[in-house]
Amino acid sequence: MSACTAGLAQPGPPGRHLGHYPSLPPGYQNTSGPPAPSPMHPAMQAATQPYTQAPQAYQQVRRIHTCTLCNGFHYKFNHFNNSSTKPFMLNLLMGFNHVYLVIVLLCQMSGGPGMAQLSPSLASMSLQSGTPEALRVVNLLQERNLLPPTPISAPTPCLTQDLQRINCSPEVYRCTLTSIPQTQSLLNKAKLPLGLLLHPFKDLSQLPVVTSSTIVRCRSCRTYINPFVSFLDQRRWKCNLCYRVNDVPEEFMYNPVSRSYGEPHKRPEVQNATIEFIAPSEYMLRPPQPAVYLFVLDVSHNAVEKGYLNVSMDNNLKLYKDSRTKVGFITFDSTVHFYNLQEGLSQPQMLIVSDIEDIFLPTPDSLLVNLNECKELVQDLLKSLPSLFQKTMETQSALGAALQAAFKLLSPTGGRMSVFQTQLPNLGVGALQSREDPNQRASAKEIQHLSPATDFYKKLALDCSGQQVAVDLFLLSSQYCDLASLGCISRYSAGNVYYYPSYHHQHSPAQVECFQKDLKRYLTRKIGFEAVMRIRCTKGLSIHTFHGNFFVRSTDLLSLPNVNPDAGFAVQMSIDENLVDTQVVSFQAALLYTSSKGERRIRVHTLCLPVVNSLTDIFAGADVQAISGLLACMAVDRSVTASLGDARDAMINAAIDSLASYRQFALTIQQPGLLAPACLRLFPLYILALLKQKAFRLGTSTRLDDRVFAMCQLKYQPLAYAMPMIHPSLYRLDDLTDEGALNVNERTIPQPRVLQLSVEKLSRDGAFLMDAGTVMYLWIGRNCNPIFLTQVLGVPSYADVLDNLYVLPEIDSAESQRTRALIGWLRDQRPFYPSLHVIKDESQLKASLLQHMIEDRTDSALSYYEFLLHLQQKITK
Amino acid sequence: MEAAVFILSLVDCCALIFLAVYFIITLSDLECDYINARACCSKLNKWVIPEMVGQCLSTMLMLISLHWFIFVLNLPVAVWNIYRYVKVPMGNMGVFDPTEIHNRGQLKSHMKEAMIKLGYHLLCFFIYLYSMILALIND
Repeated sequence: MSACTAGLAQPGPPGRHLGHYPSLPPGYQNTSGPPAPSPMHPAMQAATQPYTQAPQAYQQVRRIHTCTLCNGFHYKFNHFNNSSTKPFMLNLLMGFNHVYLVIVLLCQMSGGPGMAQLSPSLASMSLQSGTPEALRVVNLLQERNLLPPTPISAPTPCLTQDLQRINCSPEVYRCTLTSIPQTQSLLNKAKLPLGLLLHPFKDLSQLPVVTSSTIVRCRSCRTYINPFVSFLDQRRWKCNLCYRVNDVPEEFMYNPVSRSYGEPHKRPEVQNATIEFIAPSEYMLRPPQPAVYLFVLDVSHNAVEKGYLNVSMDNNLKLYKDSRTKVGFITFDSTVHFYNLQEGLSQPQMLIVSDIEDIFLPTPDSLLVNLNECKELVQDLLKSLPSLFQKTMETQSALGAALQAAFKLLSPTGGRMSVFQTQLPNLGVGALQSREDPNQRASAKEIQHLSPATDFYKKLALDCSGQQVAVDLFLLSSQYCDLASLGCISRYSAGNVYYYPSYHHQHSPAQVECFQKDLKRYLTRKIGFEAVMRIRCTKGLSIHTFHGNFFVRSTDLLSLPNVNPDAGFAVQMSIDENLVDTQVVSFQAALLYTSSKGERRIRVHTLCLPVVNSLTDIFAGADVQAISGLLACMAVDRSVTASLGDARDAMINAAIDSLASYRQFALTIQQPGLLAPACLRLFPLYILALLKQKAFRLGTSTRLDDRVFAMCQLKYQPLAYAMPMIHPSLYRLDDLTDEGALNVNERTIPQPRVLQLSVEKLSRDGAFLMDAGTVMYLWIGRNCNPIFLTQVLGVPSYADVLDNLYVLPEIDSAESQRTRALIGWLRDQRPFYPSLHVIKDESQLKASLLQHMIEDRTDSALSYYEFLLHLQQKITK
Repeated sequence: MEAAVFILSLVDCCALIFLAVYFIITLSDLECDYINARACCSKLNKWVIPEMVGQCLSTMLMLISLHWFIFVLNLPVAVWNIYRYVKVPMGNMGVFDPTEIHNRGQLKSHMKEAMIKLGYHLLCFFIYLYSMILALIND
């Protein structure tokens, strides 16, 4: 990359602009001259540069909205106890606007000129209503540095402090609009999608578990009692979803925690929005199933080449302590092989079935054996598998037959099937053709073959779902494998797809490490069997579309043969009746599952949100990350049912429509430029990021399997893990300090600022880390600080940095510790293991790094500023 | 001869009415949770082809016996049935797909379609009845 030292127009690499902001067209008010481009100083100095714009923007707002705040101000602003008339609320909001702005200024600017000094007590004031800051008008064309330096957190709903304190955590339950519109027409006016994003089985550090003989539920709608019900007197409670009055059962009146009687509202079920019940026998259709794990392994020549069998599983299998756990193994190439692991045998016995058109089980039992009793046999088998098929020359793969056999084996009990596949299945039932045309990868128009080619895998997945069998697919193929068809086996049976396209046990050690760590997490994480989930909403709201890996058995009953802590779900809602008599609505997700120890449990999450009837309030409560996540799911659906071009247009229209609606209805003063409320200021950026994401991009060469996998991930991953995949975070590494560092488990984790994704921010004398979710890139500038090179990478000069370095050496220096602490902390935040790649200028992976620089212009896509201009043009048409 | 044609179309139309009613009942069973998606869709998919055949038979009869107005009346529905059948994506398990039926309001749209067809077939029934009686009288 050529020098980008300072200044505006630098000759970049051929075909790539450096994304500077051209001078504003005449007629645009520019209060302090064109924004100075951030010179290539270390990030700390550059931080003060962008905010020279900020005071002007704030002062403008102050001039427009006259402050009517009295001398005192209200510490706790309680929306619901005041029967406030509209003007009063507006004035109070303006007043808060004034106060909050100054606090924000104090926090962000270190002693800017001419700012009012506030007493320290104001700085500690807790504002429940984030509305004023969220509605600050931002001109996207003028304010360039919109990314906050720290990671973005979910917006807080505008509820009273008591309700918000016990409300469900946004890590588990998130809504795109934290203030629900009162009517469907109001929602249509706002042009924002309404939906929920859930992560119900997340690993929680604190989970109250209640063992109670009676589980109190509403008699009509069967909602579990939750913190947002109202108690009419001591003996009756009113359901918050259907408004029916129910009786409090006698056992519920006694509170075991405080040993008091007569206070049902103090019980843990009514004090916690996330709670787990131990389910009595009425919640079981059959006795809880034991944990049954079946491994279906591809042993064709391709598989042995890749060497994935060398990765040892028996270390992890040792961790299964439960006495009822069963395991089994099936291997296949052009025939299917079963392994008799009966207890008395001296070594595992292999049984080969070559009739793949009509597969049958060779022995009725001892193909699935109790892990504790047959431990040595299982270990023998795992050790001998790599050598058993060393000399194989089979190139055909009968996956369909193997899956049918595995299904037959698991259908009596249910359980989990883990399928490892390394090539396109080309034999027997379920054989697939190679549909991808390599010349069409960089096509700028239409991408074909995003939907399945056959319904065999979907049918099999539905059969599996009916018998409580989940199928997880590990795809280790570098050739085209028709993931669009194969992925169905996991999608409808609540499994997951793992994809390692360039896996090779010798040539790609980074992928091997990823696979090992992912497999370890896969085998040792929490799991729930034969689960169902039901999402209920307050009367007046209904759910009309579901996103995620599950099968919708009947209206809002999701059948999940396996539920795991890494799965996320999303639903879209519509407002059927006007929500006029209520001030809050609630959503409850109840997950009934069998734990791996054979206990039947119900995990209940309840979320409560306020209802508003003004468009400004809706915009104020918009959660931009949740909206982008839900739009991504909707776009995946649209690209499969209609076309990719349609999906892209729909995403751009979402941005145009919502900003146009804001401009038309919610904005009081019309100014030129592209205006957005502060809570939605990142919306165009995220839409552009989605358009340039592997799933939706056109014009850049993308393998079809990579694209389909990216689409699967967007639908499957919970929002917190999907956001770095959509909008990666860029950090500068060579000047990490302990300033503002977090202290986690006695380790100091530095918190560098998040930089914008533009090559302008990269500098030759620095090292930068890009965290893109599933992969991390560490880019080293040519003139990188020699301290960084020696203390962190352990090499004396730039030229000595190895080409495919994927692990940082453990050097005992402060810089190395900080860097490794940061990378380790980022890795711990997600369940899959991102591989790290150290990149220099000449590295092959540099192209992948540059593809994530979404604010820059490329041959086939607009830069961020051009995209904003395009949006503005469409809005003001 | 005329009468025979109309008697045949009348019987055909009756069958189509019964089919439309069956579709409506099955879809509303799914809506009220009496059956699950897979059972509902396999039941309905079984009758998609017979419905198409019945509708095309009726259209062909009208074409052959040169009753242009009724032919033009029947044609859109026949074309729509064929189009719907042909446009099913390859990965779907028929016109009614259990994994998609709860998404994007498909259940409601299928229900609406069945209701419209029911109304339409009733209209056709009375037209055929009237024409048959006319033909019988004129014979």
